[in-house]
Amino acid sequence: MLTTLSRIVKSGWLNFWRNRWLSSSAISIMGLTIFVTTSLLLINVLTNSLVQILRDKIDISVYFNLETTEEQILETRKSLIDLEEVESVEYVSQEEALEKFEEKHQDNQLLMQSIQELDDNPLEASLNIKAGTASQYEQIVDFLNGSQYKEIIDKINYRQNQAVIARLSSITAVLQRSGVVVSIILALMAVLITFNTIRLAIYSSREEINVMKLVGAGHWHIRGPFIVEGAFYGLVAAVIVLIIFYPVLWLLSPKMTAFLPGSDLFYFFRINFWQILLLQIAVGVSLGVASSLVAIRRYLRD
Amino acid sequence: MITFKDVSKIYLPDHIALNNINLTIQPKEFVSLAGPSGAGKSTLLRLAIREEQPSKGQIFLEEQEINHLAAKDLPQLRRKIGIVFQDFKLLSNKTAYENIAFAMEVGGRTNQEIEEDVPRVLRLVGLHDRDEHFPDQLSGGEKQRVAIGRALAHRPTILIADEPTGNLDLINTWDIIRLLLKINELGTTVILATHDREIVNTLDRRVITLEKGRVIRDEEKGRYIL
Repeated sequence: MLTTLSRIVKSGWLNFWRNRWLSSSAISIMGLTIFVTTSLLLINVLTNSLVQILRDKIDISVYFNLETTEEQILETRKSLIDLEEVESVEYVSQEEALEKFEEKHQDNQLLMQSIQELDDNPLEASLNIKAGTASQYEQIVDFLNGSQYKEIIDKINYRQNQAVIARLSSITAVLQRSGVVVSIILALMAVLITFNTIRLAIYSSREEINVMKLVGAGHWHIRGPFIVEGAFYGLVAAVIVLIIFYPVLWLLSPKMTAFLPGSDLFYFFRINFWQILLLQIAVGVSLGVASSLVAIRRYLRD
Repeated sequence: MITFKDVSKIYLPDHIALNNINLTIQPKEFVSLAGPSGAGKSTLLRLAIREEQPSKGQIFLEEQEINHLAAKDLPQLRRKIGIVFQDFKLLSNKTAYENIAFAMEVGGRTNQEIEEDVPRVLRLVGLHDRDEHFPDQLSGGEKQRVAIGRALAHRPTILIADEPTGNLDLINTWDIIRLLLKINELGTTVILATHDREIVNTLDRRVITLEKGRVIRDEEKGRYIL
């Protein structure tokens, strides 16, 4: 058993090595597949961070009447947090609002003067609410409008932001959905091309397969080396793609970060190096093995 | 040893390649299968190794009826028979040594046996100094000798040679025929299909002559007569 296995592996390796020309074409196609797969993974990472950035930009603020007590606002906050649509609620007190206002408008003399002339703090306390997804703001607003807190709420700025929120919401949804669709289509194409390449490689060996049968080789003696060969294609292709990716990401990543703050592909690549390598090898080897298995099946029928 | 009983082979729609063949070949015989191209010689041999199935009749190899063998038992059958073809059918990716070793490997022989036997076989076919050469680097005669070496790797009881000299020049032809005779002397049944009149007449052994799918003559110490 062990002898048979080692003979099969050795024979697969020899075929791989002696058919270097054929092997290199299979490897380049397989490399392309792994390249596409890895790129899709990285693009998904980018898309997710883009969506996250967009999502962080969306929130709604609820402003409370000036006479509302802090307890009432905190109670409102508590019941909002209990909603499953709500991800976070930040409380901005009247004083904090004033501080922010002054900070923001410190260069505007007129505004500063007029606010200092007032006895009371004219700014309202507010709650900044973030939802899990952009489409959930509508429900949160409905909840507030239909609740006991309606009395103490002066205004909700959702109406003003509604159009922006709706647009961002549809953009993030489209981004994610099209990412998935494009990934599936590209991966499918890559898999089909690889499969056909290996099928052609095995087709070119059909005479040899027949000869092996005639000298009394069992199915595993014939199939085994081809499967090993397919695995080698995947392995070598994975390593080559990794070697290409490293410098490319190193060069591109800073530019990406400038474009999309908060995303650092090279960092992601480095901390997940082994997982990515394993994923690439797994994709390559399983694709090679599966393609060989399927492609050789028809030549083994008697 | 090997018996054909009422065997016919019809290729659809209506080409009768073999018509009611009855034959028995005894152990250690050297039999020539003579006849013009298209007489059915190759078809008969293909049936013997179950590369094809007869349309009718039975074929026995050492009491075993081979036309009902399951696909999984075919490798076992083919390890009992050595086969040599006109176009050599060597594995082009493998050296002369590896071609012979491959046949032993699939037969489940140990590494030690292979290391001992392959050089012996190469010496028998006169190629011990060309073991590292690939088929492309060998002449036609040398390729055929590798093929014979491979056919002997299983130590088969029967060696089937289908026009083994068809692609060879005169000198190589006689080298191959002498090699087949030597193998026969060592105890292996040899079935040689050929349309070469001179070979058949020189051999002076049993000759079975086929024409249009029928056995028209079967003589001990026969000659090629058509």
